Amino acid sequence: MIALNAVSHNYQNGHKIGFKDWQVDDGSQWLLLGASGSGKTTLLHILTGILKPQQGSVVIDGTSIYDLSSKDLDQFRGRNIGIIFQRPHLIKSLTIKENLVMAQSFANLPTDLNRVKEVLTSLGIADKKNAYPNELSHGQLQRVSIARAVINRPTLLIADEPTSSLDDKNAAAVLELLIDQSGINQATLIVATHDKRVKDAFTNTYELS
Amino acid sequence: MSPLKISWKSIWSKPLSSALNIMLIAFGTGILTILLLASTQISDKLENNSKDIDLVVGAKGSPLQLILSSIYYIDFPTGNIPLKAAQELARSPFVKKAVPLALGDNHNGVRIVGTDSNFVGIYKLKVKAGKFWQSDFETTIGTSVAENLKLKIGDTFYGAHGLTGSTDVHKTHAYKVAGILAPQGNVTDNLILTNISSVWKMHDHEEEGEHHDEITSLLIQYRSPMSVVMFPRMVNESTNMQAASPAQESTRLFSLIGVGVDTLQWFAVLIMFIAAISVFVNLYNSLKERSYDLAIMRTLGASRGKLFLIVIAEGIMLTLAGTIIGIVLGHLALQFIGSNQESSQARLSGLIFLGEEAYLFVAGLAIGIFAAIIPAVQAYRSNISKILSKN
Repeated sequence: MIALNAVSHNYQNGHKIGFKDWQVDDGSQWLLLGASGSGKTTLLHILTGILKPQQGSVVIDGTSIYDLSSKDLDQFRGRNIGIIFQRPHLIKSLTIKENLVMAQSFANLPTDLNRVKEVLTSLGIADKKNAYPNELSHGQLQRVSIARAVINRPTLLIADEPTSSLDDKNAAAVLELLIDQSGINQATLIVATHDKRVKDAFTNTYELS
Repeated sequence: MSPLKISWKSIWSKPLSSALNIMLIAFGTGILTILLLASTQISDKLENNSKDIDLVVGAKGSPLQLILSSIYYIDFPTGNIPLKAAQELARSPFVKKAVPLALGDNHNGVRIVGTDSNFVGIYKLKVKAGKFWQSDFETTIGTSVAENLKLKIGDTFYGAHGLTGSTDVHKTHAYKVAGILAPQGNVTDNLILTNISSVWKMHDHEEEGEHHDEITSLLIQYRSPMSVVMFPRMVNESTNMQAASPAQESTRLFSLIGVGVDTLQWFAVLIMFIAAISVFVNLYNSLKERSYDLAIMRTLGASRGKLFLIVIAEGIMLTLAGTIIGIVLGHLALQFIGSNQESSQARLSGLIFLGEEAYLFVAGLAIGIFAAIIPAVQAYRSNISKILSKN
């Protein structure tokens, strides 16, 4: 379970933003809605332990993540939170397989090539495992970035605008993959977007004003 | 996937700029390696050849020339001295051992040295095969001479007038190889030794008898440290000859070479410095491109320390690879220079390894750290939230 308690953040320009409290049950799927500039990215960074808020706490599975040391927080994030960015950012000098193995080792988990194969197969890109990122299409790269997010079986899967740069067909496909993968890996899913096309797929919504 | 492998793959993903950096470092290290090896070998050789000789007495002229011709056999002699005067000096109470030298002929560029059995004693020579020269026209040849000119015991050859060249060959008498010296590791490996009267007799037909009472120089070993003060002054002031100290002249010679060595050394250091800056710029620029990559790594669970390690390892790998390649190239280059050298007396070898080369490794490591530390600290400090929200 994820709980957001009395969180607020001060921007560098002095602007202050407060977030209403939020309880996310295990395995549930949420939409985080908000126009650009409404603090969506800020909230996602706070949720994922990237940005420490000035006030309030974030508790994931009983761990208040900002009470951890910087190093422990990095490792907690690597093991428990999978993040999918708007653009699939993979390490260009490493193959697809190596990108996934890197995610395992950064979380201090043993290298598990079976798991790599399993994830790539479930996303339909098992044949690309020895390719380099610049050899793949945008859609394939988006799949790899989903694979990287779920490789360590995270409890929380967070996607930041995963569909905004895609056409209708690909947007629907990516959304389906996200929902599928969160189901397969029993992860809680939060999708942040201002994309109207995504709305219908979700029942739970957290809206930023 | 260890951080080191990530650094390694990152180097390979930009082969051109990595190769440029490695080449710059290798070039600098190579020059330093050559300088280190060459100057050590030259000073070793200078010392080794003049180890037991305290003084050389010869005709007046340049003392350095006298030392070069009588100790290292690389320059022309200053002239001749009367045998009688030399013998008087040899009997002086200051002198423990005196070795007369009669130079002037060569065989295929190898100098023929007329001397006596004291030469054997002062250089502690041993024969590998055959015996030392005894009667006229018998010779004992250095081990390199036997090898290079393919001479064996019983072979005969002619001497030619002068120190090089074989235009003016003394056809009246042939020399005979009586023995071959064991390897000495000094100048005697490249000499042909015979007795003085052979050298005189060679020239008999040209200028009747005139050579019989002259030699080229006298090598002297002192009886006591006292002689250092008294003897050279005595020779220089009371005779028509000059005395030169091998130690002094070698130091002077080496300090002359040293100027060039110093200049090259600074040049190499400058190249290393440019290489360090190039590695720094390379890492710094790629860090700008990679800041998003590094931020992603943080979101995947990599700690700040790991990012620091990834960046600094990249710098160190580049410079260490350059250092190793540079040291290898330095050795190869010196071996190549050595094999093309005309004067076999001072031949350099690339197959000798020195403990000092470890300092080059340390220097390579230090340059890597120096070039990578700022980018690495930046990677360590980077605010990933800021980087991620930009894109």
